[in-house]
Amino acid sequence: MIDIGYDAAHLLGALVLLTSFALLYQRRLFSLLNVFTVQALALSGAAAWQGYAHDEPHLYITAILTLALKAIAIPVALHRIIQRLHIERTVEPALGIGLTMVAGVSLVTLSILLVLPVTENATALTREDLALSLSVVLLGLLMMISRRNAVSQVVGFMSIENGLILAAVGVAGMPLVVEMSIAFSVMVAFIIFGIFLFQIRERFETLDMRKIESFRGESD
Amino acid sequence: MIASVIHQIVQMALVLALAPLLTGWVRLVKARLLGRRGPSLLQPYRDLARLLRKEVVLANNASWLFRSVPYVMFTAIWLAAGLVPVFTTDLALAPTADLIALIALLGTARFFLALAGMDTGTSFGGIGSSREMMIAALAEPAMLMVVFSVAVLVRTTSLAEIATYMMGGTVGLRVSLALALIALVMVAIAENARIPIDNPATHLELTMVHEAMVLEYSGRHLALIEGAAMLKLLLYAALIVCVFLPWGMATPTQGNPLIGLLSFLAKLAAAGTALAVFETSIAKMRVFRVGEFLGGALLLSLLGAIFLYVSRGV
Repeated sequence: MIDIGYDAAHLLGALVLLTSFALLYQRRLFSLLNVFTVQALALSGAAAWQGYAHDEPHLYITAILTLALKAIAIPVALHRIIQRLHIERTVEPALGIGLTMVAGVSLVTLSILLVLPVTENATALTREDLALSLSVVLLGLLMMISRRNAVSQVVGFMSIENGLILAAVGVAGMPLVVEMSIAFSVMVAFIIFGIFLFQIRERFETLDMRKIESFRGESD
Repeated sequence: MIASVIHQIVQMALVLALAPLLTGWVRLVKARLLGRRGPSLLQPYRDLARLLRKEVVLANNASWLFRSVPYVMFTAIWLAAGLVPVFTTDLALAPTADLIALIALLGTARFFLALAGMDTGTSFGGIGSSREMMIAALAEPAMLMVVFSVAVLVRTTSLAEIATYMMGGTVGLRVSLALALIALVMVAIAENARIPIDNPATHLELTMVHEAMVLEYSGRHLALIEGAAMLKLLLYAALIVCVFLPWGMATPTQGNPLIGLLSFLAKLAAAGTALAVFETSIAKMRVFRVGEFLGGALLLSLLGAIFLYVSRGV
């Protein structure tokens, strides 16, 4: 028997996770943004599919919000920021790519080990969605600590939020108000980030966090 | 029984006949994508025929190993290509057509080719061999991991049974299979020395891997090695098709081998086109980044295996 509802949700969730790995793998800022757009598209697809499969119309709103904000507004804005700031387009990871990927797979394993005992009574779909979204969140955190460039750290932050939405979509019962407020607070955060990037750039003439650390007296 | 023996013989002949055609097809599509007319589809056959007619030039210090490697390699890869069911699973060798045996055959071929690369003592051969081994050390675990994922799901490593099981439609869409497919495609690209890992269209580059190893070969030896490389490309295409898209293939009880053959040709053409599009849209990688590429394949296959235990019913 083929349960197409389960299968499609399963694949879209996995696509979000896969793009998280692709984000870790990228070296160029523009391709980073493209992958982020793909992730947002997959996420909005997942939300719309869940809305259709479980007949919950409010998930369509989530899908449209994700599509408009994450897949269109934020990538376009980041593109413009990168162009206006004239920053270097290659990303220098603080950790090697290989090492980051190994850390990523261990994080996924960790989140699976964490989720499995907690959700023994839940359905396979819930269990898997939780595991996937926890992995996406952890990978976003990993992205934030393994990159030195401020723009890629912002992308890491946004992908954490994608993980949260994935969890909200998979586990039925998250009220729409909460989702809306998350979406808008992220939007506000993004605007603040944007202004912040300009300020950092103006003051320190770089977006490389390693160079800024010396101003905080952290490194020698 | 008789039918399966006939099928096996047809299959062995078929892979041999189709391999240069697939290579020619990929070259033609690539040339068209680059805005060139490109050579005829039959050019690889002519190249092989020309090489077979030419005299063999051997280095003075070439040992018996150097002379026997082309035959060993060609035989191993031809046998491996004959094991992968292409148009029907009703093959005489189907009980032995094990995924692990397949990997072992490919490994044997690679081992001997790397030895031959070092045999004459030229620096290029040595570089090629060491790079080939580096790639192999990463590609083989990834491939084995893919095999394990599929084997855990289907509970067998026999190719014929895997194809039958996949055609049965009880599997559905699985994350693990999707990850395994991506990993297998990455491994196939690396193993066949395609762009981004190696450039199949050059003989004069410091970064070449496969061509560096076979630089000293000429005449019929070179023809055998080139033929084996073409067979290997066909083998990987057939393997991916057989495990992940077996629809249309005939089984001992149902299906028509002729329809299986036609669907295989269509799938092969699609695979060749996809490869050509991929190759033209991407630039070659530095050798030191190959590790990241194949490490990614290994991790994806590992992830696939991990997800088997989260998803519904292993």
